[in-house]
Amino acid sequence: MSLQFVVDGLLTGSMIGLGAIGVTLTYSILRFSNFAHGDFMAWGTYATLAVVSAIGATVGKVAPIAPLSFGWPLIVALVVGMAFTALLALLLDKVLFSRLRSQGQAIIVVMASFGASMALRSLLEFTFTSRPTYFSRAIQIAMPVGFGIRITSDQIALLLLTAVLVLAVHLLMTRTQTGRSMQALSQNAALARIVGIDVASVVRVTWVIGGALACVAGVMIGILVQIRPFMGFDMLLPMFAAAILGGIGSIPGAVLGGLIIGLAEAGAVQLIGAEWRAAVSFIILMAVLFVRPIGLFGVRER
Amino acid sequence: MDLIGYGAFFLTTALIFSLVTLGLNLQWGLTGLFNVGLAGFVAIGAYTSALLTTPDDAARLGGLGLPIVVGWAGAMVVGGIAAALTGMATLRLRSDYLAITTFGVAVVVQLVALNAQKLTGGPFGIGFIPRPFGSLAETPLLFNLSNLAVVAAVTLVAYFALEHLSRSPWGRVLKALREDERAAISLGKSARFYRVQAFAVGGAIMALAGALQAHFTGFIAPDNYLPILTFQVWVMLIVGGSGSNLGAVVGSILVWAIWAGSGTLTSILFPPEQQARAAALQIAAIGVMLCVILLVRPNGLFGDRPRRPWLGKRTKVTTAKSVSPS
Repeated sequence: MSLQFVVDGLLTGSMIGLGAIGVTLTYSILRFSNFAHGDFMAWGTYATLAVVSAIGATVGKVAPIAPLSFGWPLIVALVVGMAFTALLALLLDKVLFSRLRSQGQAIIVVMASFGASMALRSLLEFTFTSRPTYFSRAIQIAMPVGFGIRITSDQIALLLLTAVLVLAVHLLMTRTQTGRSMQALSQNAALARIVGIDVASVVRVTWVIGGALACVAGVMIGILVQIRPFMGFDMLLPMFAAAILGGIGSIPGAVLGGLIIGLAEAGAVQLIGAEWRAAVSFIILMAVLFVRPIGLFGVRER
Repeated sequence: MDLIGYGAFFLTTALIFSLVTLGLNLQWGLTGLFNVGLAGFVAIGAYTSALLTTPDDAARLGGLGLPIVVGWAGAMVVGGIAAALTGMATLRLRSDYLAITTFGVAVVVQLVALNAQKLTGGPFGIGFIPRPFGSLAETPLLFNLSNLAVVAAVTLVAYFALEHLSRSPWGRVLKALREDERAAISLGKSARFYRVQAFAVGGAIMALAGALQAHFTGFIAPDNYLPILTFQVWVMLIVGGSGSNLGAVVGSILVWAIWAGSGTLTSILFPPEQQARAAALQIAAIGVMLCVILLVRPNGLFGDRPRRPWLGKRTKVTTAKSVSPS
């Protein structure tokens, strides 16, 4: 068995992990599993793609930055896309989730997110058709780094980006007042309100972080695999599994869970074939639910 | 004549949907268990029955050539067991875990249907599934009407059985658990045990619906059991009003009429190359409809769940009253 699966697994794991951060935050702070999270991913990616094309149309062709397959337009577009996805999440919360949340029926919110997910995905399919597209059709030559492993410069850049983003979110959660408010709200909502935490602003921050990271994860899939309206929906089960494996509410847990699932998927692809890949997250999910439902870093519900 | 034939065909499909919705109503409406993978349970039923009843085929396992009724029974048993296992894994945890797990079940069933060629025929599915009154297929009208009669009979039986169940002590315990878990537990009812039972019975009904559908069309393929099916059934239950079996049936027929009608409309209005996009728009519209109903009229047409957010939470007194007779 070639060690190449380590690189593949780490990359898939990064995408899953970045998405799972949003899932775990929504779950622990807003207390519902958001089935529309995968579609935030897809919408962010298509928004980024649209901005890239818009820049291409106004500025003309931009040469990619030395070893990478993309140039500055993609980086600018990614930032715009992140903002767009965050706004989309905020908007959806305003018109749908917040109203249902105030009725106090958690599971109705889950169902609404399921409906929203269908609507969002179908709108993408309507606008962009279900044909896959790409950021770049250029082929990158993977360079050998020893042990039979090959990696492209795009892949290195995206792994670094993931590490930076995860570290940033972790610092935000542990070192800032906003982050501590978020933790407080997730641990004991009633007490958090009593000490005067601004719940509305914490909820906003949650959606902004979740949406922006979903966009990054989507763009990573877009650069390394392809862009399809279903790209986010297909990531939903791995993201949920990662969030639960890591322990609901834990950012390092979500990322570690994502990496474990990514590595397991990549290993399974080598051992039993790519067609069974999607079953890996389900098996891991069931194992966690039977053995340790609070996950690796989870705390028992109060 | 054609119109009657189409009407029978339409009603048969709608009633099969009602059967799935009735199963979901037992899980969600009565017990409050959230199943977003019901397409998986429908598929389990369809494939089980197909494997039991199709004639022997060298390229595939199964093909036992048993009578159709045995296929139906087998579908219910396997669907019920699958649902019971899912329930046992998740029902001691928060309700969201059940949602995520059922979602995963649907993904895995879809995966098995696509890839386990030996068992399911892969992407090409299973054909030559025996159809009740298959000898009447020469005269489509008679064939459609007799199939409608079979499906209607099964749906009626399921309907009355469920009506009876929901009024029985068993059904009252489920309602009590849904309304106030702590009160019900304090009366000595094991929440998890009752919920696993309800989930299993619901899963069995869904599997039966899948089997009915497989024997009605005579051909099944993985594409029949995509997440869109789950979504359609949810919209049917919400429109009809969760908690009411009558609502489940009426909602199914109504939503299926809207769905089939808008499908016909898009096929007339849009040129062939735009059909796929128009279909996507149709799904988006139904998704928005689900959200709007949840916001505006969460009880649907016949919902029995008195949810009055503007009066605050339901008082404990009424809950206790609904518990005491069990």
